[in-house]
Formats: sequence, C-alpha cells, structure tokens
Amino acid sequence: MSFKVTDSLEAEVNELISHYPVKRAASLMVLHAIQAEHGWISQESIEWAAKKLELPPINLYEIVTFYPMLRQHPQGKYAIKVCRTLSCALGGAYELHQLFCTRLGLDAHAHGPQTTKDGKFTVEFVECLASCGTAPVMMVGDKFYEGVTHKQADEILGKCQ
Amino acid sequence: MSTAATTETKPAAPVIEKIKVKVDGREIEVPRLTADWSGKLTPTTMIQACEQAKTDVPHYCWHPQLPVAGNCRMCLVEFGTPAMGPDRKPVINPDGTAKIAKSPRPAIACATPISPGMEIYTTTPAVKQMREGVLESLLINHPLDCPICDQAGECKLQEYSVDYGQSASRFVEAKVHKPKAVDLGPRIMLDAERCVLCTRCIRFTRDIAGDDKLGIINRGSYNTIATFPGTPFDNNYTLNTVDICPVGALTSKDFRFQMRVWFLKETKSLCTSCGTGCSTLLGSREEKLFRYTPRDNAAVNGPWMCDAGRLNYKWIQRADRLKEVQVFGKKNTWAGALYQISDRLKRAQAGSVAIIASARQTNEELWLISKLKAKLSAVSDSVARFGEADKLLVSADKNPNTNGARLTGICFTEIGSNLPQIAAGIQSGKIRTLIVFGEDVTKHGLSADLLAKLETLIVSDILPNETVKLAHYVLPGAAHAEKRGSFTNTKGRVQKFMKAVEAPGDARAEWEFLHELVHNVTGQNGFVTIEGLFNEMAKDVPAFNGLNWAALGDTGVTVQI
Repeated sequence: MSFKVTDSLEAEVNELISHYPVKRAASLMVLHAIQAEHGWISQESIEWAAKKLELPPINLYEIVTFYPMLRQHPQGKYAIKVCRTLSCALGGAYELHQLFCTRLGLDAHAHGPQTTKDGKFTVEFVECLASCGTAPVMMVGDKFYEGVTHKQADEILGKCQ
Repeated sequence: MSTAATTETKPAAPVIEKIKVKVDGREIEVPRLTADWSGKLTPTTMIQACEQAKTDVPHYCWHPQLPVAGNCRMCLVEFGTPAMGPDRKPVINPDGTAKIAKSPRPAIACATPISPGMEIYTTTPAVKQMREGVLESLLINHPLDCPICDQAGECKLQEYSVDYGQSASRFVEAKVHKPKAVDLGPRIMLDAERCVLCTRCIRFTRDIAGDDKLGIINRGSYNTIATFPGTPFDNNYTLNTVDICPVGALTSKDFRFQMRVWFLKETKSLCTSCGTGCSTLLGSREEKLFRYTPRDNAAVNGPWMCDAGRLNYKWIQRADRLKEVQVFGKKNTWAGALYQISDRLKRAQAGSVAIIASARQTNEELWLISKLKAKLSAVSDSVARFGEADKLLVSADKNPNTNGARLTGICFTEIGSNLPQIAAGIQSGKIRTLIVFGEDVTKHGLSADLLAKLETLIVSDILPNETVKLAHYVLPGAAHAEKRGSFTNTKGRVQKFMKAVEAPGDARAEWEFLHELVHNVTGQNGFVTIEGLFNEMAKDVPAFNGLNWAALGDTGVTVQI
C-alpha cells in the first residue's frame, strides 16, 4: 500500500508546522494528522513527515514506536480495546481479552495489537478507560461498553459485520 | 558536524576561577568551569571533580567527549553543601569549620555542578547500595552471555560486577527477549539484549559524527537501539560506537568472534591512512594483527578515528608480501645486496641518481634518504596522494607523512613536482640509477619502458607491483606496524609509533638497512637504534631542533611547518 499525500493533508500539515516556533515541535501533531487521514502510519509516511519537519526519520520512528495509539500497521475495521488497568484486570479483563482472541483466532499472548487475517478485527489491551467502577470495560471503535460479560462480548462480536 | 575532536591544539584557555571542594574528605581545588564535549565552558560537575581527585566514580552513560545524558544512574553519589543560617551566612562548627548540610537525596555525579565548599561522598554505605541496586537493575534482562561476548574483558558490566555485583541472581521472572545479531550497518552488529540504553552511540553519531541515524524505539523493557528501517548506520565513524559502547551491545563485524581481547597485545601506534595521523592502539597476538582502536590524543584525534583508517590493516598480512631480498631476479642476502648497491652508488656520477621516496615512510627514513641524496647530488621527490577530506578527522592528504618528506627535503611544497624532471632525466640518459621506496612509479609517469632504460633500479617495497617486477635490486620493507619511527602530520604534530609485529621473512624496516647504506656511501656513522637516529635527525633538521625521542611521549609534539 503506497502512501499518497492528499492536498488537504499537505495543507493541514503545513498549517500545523506553522503553529510552532521550531518545526520539530509539530512532530506529534503531524503524526496524528497522518493517522487521522490514513488510519495508520506507514514507513513511507514517516519519511514524508520527516522531510516536512526537516528531521532524520529515526526521530519520528522513535515517537511512532513509543506511543501505542500511533499505529504502525493498518487496523481492522473493528478495533476492540480491552482495558487492563487494575480494576478491569481484577474484574476479568484478561479472560475477556482471551475470549475475543479465541473467537477470532488470535494469539492472546502476543505483544501489541493483533489483527485478524481478513483485516476485520484488531484486538488489543489498553490502559485505563476511566470507568473503574464498571469493570471490565472495553471499546469497539469509539463505542464504549461497561461491565462486559462473556455473553455480552459474543453479542458485541455478533453485531460487528 | 561538530568541532569536538579537533585536529589541532586548542588555544590557551582563559583563566578560570578555582573553587575548593572535598572528595571523600580530601580537599581539592577545581576550576569552576570545564570545557564540555563541544569545547564550550560549562560548570564543572561532580564526576569531573572526582576525576581530578583521582577518585573513580562508576558510570556507563557519561563520556567526557559526549553531551551529558544522565540516564544510567550508576554515578549516584552523596554530597553536602555548606549550611546556611537564617541570616544567609554559613553556619560555623565549634571547631571553626563550616557546617555541612548533607543532602538527604543522592545526585548523579555526571550532571550535578559543584559549588564552593561542596563535599562529595563516594564511599558511603548508601552509595555502595545504590551502585549495587543500579547494577542489579541493569542486569535484569541482560543475557549473561559473557563466555561468547566480544566485550568480555573490557566490559563495564563485568568490571562493576566485580565491585558491586552479586554472586547469585535474585531475578525469578522471565527475561524480556530483544533482537540479537541486528545488522545496524555494514560494520556494526547490535545485540539489543546486552544493551544498557546509555545512548552513547546515539549521542556520538548525532553530535560528533553529525549523522543522526540511531535512536531508541519501542517502550519500557522493549526499548531497543535502532535505525530507521532501510537506512543503514553507515557513516565513516560508526566503529567508534563499538569503542564507546560500555557493554557488548555494539560489536565490530570485522573483529567479532576473532579473538578474546585479553590475549591481545596492545601497541601504541599511528594510523597511516591519511595525513591526520590518528593515535591508535594495534591489537595483535602472536604476530597477527586483529584490530586497530583509537588512542586518546587531544591534540590530534581526541578519542575517535574513522572506519576506513581503522580497517586498513589487512594488507599488512597479505600472503604475497615481499619477503626476499632479490638481486637481478635471484634471491640474495641483505649483506650481499647492500654491498653491491653501496658499491654502485659510490661509483655513480654526481647527478646520475634519482630518488623517489614515499611520504608513507617515517621521518627518520626520509632523513637518511636525504643524506644519500646530498652525497649523490641526487634529484628526489615523492608521490602525492589526494582524496576527499571531511570535517571531523579525515584529511585530503592520503600520505601520513607528507610534512616529514618536506621537512627532510625529499620533496617540495608541491609534492611530486620533480617527477617529470626525473622522467626526462631517465629518457635523456642523464639519470642512470633510480632508487624507489614504497611507490609504484609506473603509475606516476615513469612507464615500464622508461624504467628499462635504467642501469640500476633499486626498489624497496612491501607488496609486489609493476615497479618491483622491473627492479634490479628488491629490498623487502616493513609496514609501520612492524617497525618504530615517527610521522609528522598535516598540522606539524610529530608522533612516534611502536612495533607491534615482526615483519615476514627477510623483510626489514627501511631505516635499518638505510643507515647501513648511508654509512657505506657517505661515511657518516650509522645510528643503530631508532632513538639515536631520531635524536641525530632532530639536531640536523631545523624544524625538529630541540626534539628528542623520549620527549615525544605518547601523544607527540607540534612543530612549526
């Protein structure tokens, strides 16, 4: 998949860079802009952004690999994020995560986000989603689910078509 | 590209105020400011004060020639400063000394500036505990593969483990596994599991080499040194990161698995790949060279050297080295050949001899040749060798001793300008004897046909070439690693180098047979030691007046050129 820069992205990035006293300071915002447009941040897009910011690409690569929310691979159509911070961990987040992985044929023990071969689902652990009273909680895309039982989890999966 | 490693002596530093601090109870005076890696004056830090007090503070990330990172925490020390009363005046003890308020927290010695009256404590039980703690933490995910690690023997993890390590690990969890044998670039291999993430390599390549290629990717215990995919770490200074890597994470592809470092004999020498003349250490074992490493010399190369120079040693041990003295194509002895050559030179008409020496030869050898030149009224020159320079160390002059050849009168400001005259002399029959040292003159305007016109062609060289093939007398010479001598670099720094390995077969250092030849031809007494030879030369060559071999020391002396 090759990285194509649309006029709107170019304009947005130029605008972002103009907001900061030094170009490098715009790094995160530029990466967000790329991800907003493309859904993930490819190596080509890092190289393009690095040129824009007048930086060696390794400087941006460090940022992209540091923040899990900056995606290094295309995400599935449905992004399932299971919270695993303390309350949710105690409330069964690991079992919930395992359930999704089993249903979708993914390795629950692999590091980082796991995407199904058909590109439909991505399952990953995330840190606190700020609803510790209703653990375990999870998100599918931008939709938030609280106190998710395994039955509900199957229903949620069923709705994702 | 920075100016950290300058190739010339820095001008006298401005006068800097000195302040008194105590290191482990011993009072010392240290300058308030010290030049940092870039030469800029910055407040002196505790680790620098401790260094001046000859007190060792263990550290990984700190390096005197790199920006301070303060990330390894190994240099934690305790300290105190003079206590101040409510009136902002120092509190005085009953015995008249200043009362010291000990800081409740330790500080990293590498990034904490000193202040007047400060006391630094490096031997307290708390400091020992902190060092033990930091070391234990650094070893958590370390593979402990010392038996197969190239750094073993010169590894800071090993050294500090002797001082602060534990005999048994308390770690019961699973180790994080990171990439191994990562190909970072054409000359560098990374073992990420051994890395302590001190970032010395990143700072070096960003700030010294000016090639910001390395970074730390991923997070937490998955942190790894890496390049951006598809951009190899390949500048001409990458191997310095192997030297400054305090552990076995970065290894040289050339040296890895070749030899355990404790078997290496280290010989102080110089790099001969360009006119900069970086100070080096040659690592050899049983007459075989294994590696060059830079030797700290603030007046020449700092602690660095370029990759090209560092790897330019394999030719010394080529199998086709000249090993035999040959007279008209037949094997002979040194005594036999030198007798015949002396005889021919003594009988040679004034002006019928030309000498093409090499600016790769030592000052002493070139000086001996200049004696022959004077006696024989010979025309002489050398061969220029120019290439690309860079902003850090590499000089455009690829001869290590062009200035030595100039100062001894072998060649002139424009090196090689006499070569056409020599060619014409041979053509016209005026020049009937040619002596060549270490140069293939067929590549420099003296064709094989021209050389065939000579009555006598005497060639001393190290490796076979077209000129050697045509020689009547072949005298096998020695590489710099096989002899002692001195070079004068592009800035006029005269530095000496020592012998690391024996020359193969009958090959001999040029100065050894030259002093014999000079004695036979000119009657001048020979100097059978390099010390005597150098000192005699220093008396004779104006630029070297006042120098002597011993006073050159390890880092050399700068002369007016």
